[in-house]
Amino acid sequence: MDMKRLNETKALACQIRAETLKMLAAAGSGHVGGSLDLAELMAVFYGGRLRVDPARPDWPERDFLVLSKGHAGPVLYASLALKGFFPLEELATLNQLGTRLPSHCDRRKTRGVDMTAGSLGQGISAATGIALGNRLAGRDNYTYCVVGDGEMDEGSVWETMLLAPQRKLDHYMVIVDNNGMQIDGTTREIVDLGDLTAKAEAFGWYAVDVDGHDPAAIDEAILRAQAVCREKQRPAFLNLHTVKAKGWAKYEGQVGSHWVGSITEEDIAETVAYLEEEMRRLRAAV
Amino acid sequence: MATVERKADTRELRETYARTLVELAGKDPRIVDLEADLMGAGGMGIFQKSFPERLIDVGIAEQSMVAMAAGLSFTGFIPFLHTFGPFATRRPCDQIYISCAYAGANVKICGSDPGVTGTMNGGTHQAMEDIALLRPIPGITILEPCDHTQMAWAVRTAAETPGLFYIRMYRKACNQVYAPGSEFEVGKGEILRQGDDAVIFTCGAVMVEQSLAAAEELAAEGIQVRVADCFSVKPLDRELVVRCARETGAVVTVENHFTIGGLHSAVSEVLAESGLGVAYRNVGVRDRFGEVGPLEGLLERFGLSGRHIAAAVRETLSGKG
Repeated sequence: MDMKRLNETKALACQIRAETLKMLAAAGSGHVGGSLDLAELMAVFYGGRLRVDPARPDWPERDFLVLSKGHAGPVLYASLALKGFFPLEELATLNQLGTRLPSHCDRRKTRGVDMTAGSLGQGISAATGIALGNRLAGRDNYTYCVVGDGEMDEGSVWETMLLAPQRKLDHYMVIVDNNGMQIDGTTREIVDLGDLTAKAEAFGWYAVDVDGHDPAAIDEAILRAQAVCREKQRPAFLNLHTVKAKGWAKYEGQVGSHWVGSITEEDIAETVAYLEEEMRRLRAAV
Repeated sequence: MATVERKADTRELRETYARTLVELAGKDPRIVDLEADLMGAGGMGIFQKSFPERLIDVGIAEQSMVAMAAGLSFTGFIPFLHTFGPFATRRPCDQIYISCAYAGANVKICGSDPGVTGTMNGGTHQAMEDIALLRPIPGITILEPCDHTQMAWAVRTAAETPGLFYIRMYRKACNQVYAPGSEFEVGKGEILRQGDDAVIFTCGAVMVEQSLAAAEELAAEGIQVRVADCFSVKPLDRELVVRCARETGAVVTVENHFTIGGLHSAVSEVLAESGLGVAYRNVGVRDRFGEVGPLEGLLERFGLSGRHIAAAVRETLSGKG
């Protein structure tokens, strides 16, 4: 990733984070932690890595993105709106009665959302089916699936972890949002996941650790994984090390940030102002 | 149009399921089959031989299989999947609800060995509540075919109709009930036998046969029982239920399933809303777990045999106003 693209992607990450916060404040509550920590990944995806066309959300040749941790809907909605799938103003309808933007992702409600998720451990299986379907159809597109680290507690995740390498799904990438936290505590306290990279490798995946807040590192890891997996006919596993609620000092790195029951305009004002200023600075540098 | 034409047949119903799928898959490259290590039990070896690339055996992983089927459907395929009833419904129930129904997937689930027909596998393998689990799910179509003609129609209909289907399949040898070439309709029942003294609502190969046996036993006593095939468990033929109840004044539901949540519940819901004050009994599995044993013995033990059905009809008639 050259400096120009890096600055553009960083700027987009700021914007995604700012729009996510504004959306959550408009709703007055919501899933903060697991949304904010994905801003860089989403910026890499919707900044260009993901082959999608806002005019054709059902384009069969598109890259598919399954957000298996469906509660991170807000960060995906912000990214989709900024990409042009629907108007930015619609973000303020998050969780309102009759909205197209529900707390958890819903492929039937939101343009650009590829899979309904929310009941954890299912999106990854559906994504495996999508990757299989795309290959059966002879397409060259990629299927990406983002799972939460807490979600890795679900048994059905490991059914897929066994199956995807067996099926040699070499156009398939699972990315774990490894912020080390789940609702009741740290993952180490609740169910220690150990070294997920080593586990994925043992299951037959090409697996790497990535700094989840470094867009250049994320993009490079994706490109490298794709090249290796094509050659080795294996699926890819990115262990994305993130900080929960990244970018909002009030909640950053806190277990309690999963769902915040009261979010006001005042709460987010300073952070949003900073993010928007940073976005302008980065874009000016471009 | 369906014509009733009963005839002995030694073919197994699963053969018809598999052959129909192979025939359809030959014409439609979108049809794929998912298995969870029970390919042979479903008779799907012929599918694997014909279309090896379109048969995906996921191993013993039913939850993942169901959500994967949803994913496959979102890339344009029409996935069928089969396993024993409990593993096709109870085990992956949330995947059926969320990844298939709620997400709008085009998935066709076949659960075999309904109720006591999971004979030698016993209580762990007997789906007594599969209909009860699935029936509340918005938009699902539930079909329980009673013979080869109806099975072939059910598989074709599931393949050709977008949406989530559940086919409740008795796997074993099954006599002909309908003339080959008979056509059916989702949401419409069929009258298998005429009669005005009482009506039996039933479905599925085993209970249709037991119900018809009961009707014959009663006919010898001068009691004429109508037998209605409610193979479309959801949507149920409400019009047929109300019409038959009104015309006979005495209703018996017969099912190889818990009496809670299955056909009895579905028919009761319709009758309660109809305002008809008809005499009513139900035959089914009453609040107890399945057991191992041969089919004939289990039908007796669980009160599902023709003899029990005939007794329920007599009892109903005694309460008829």
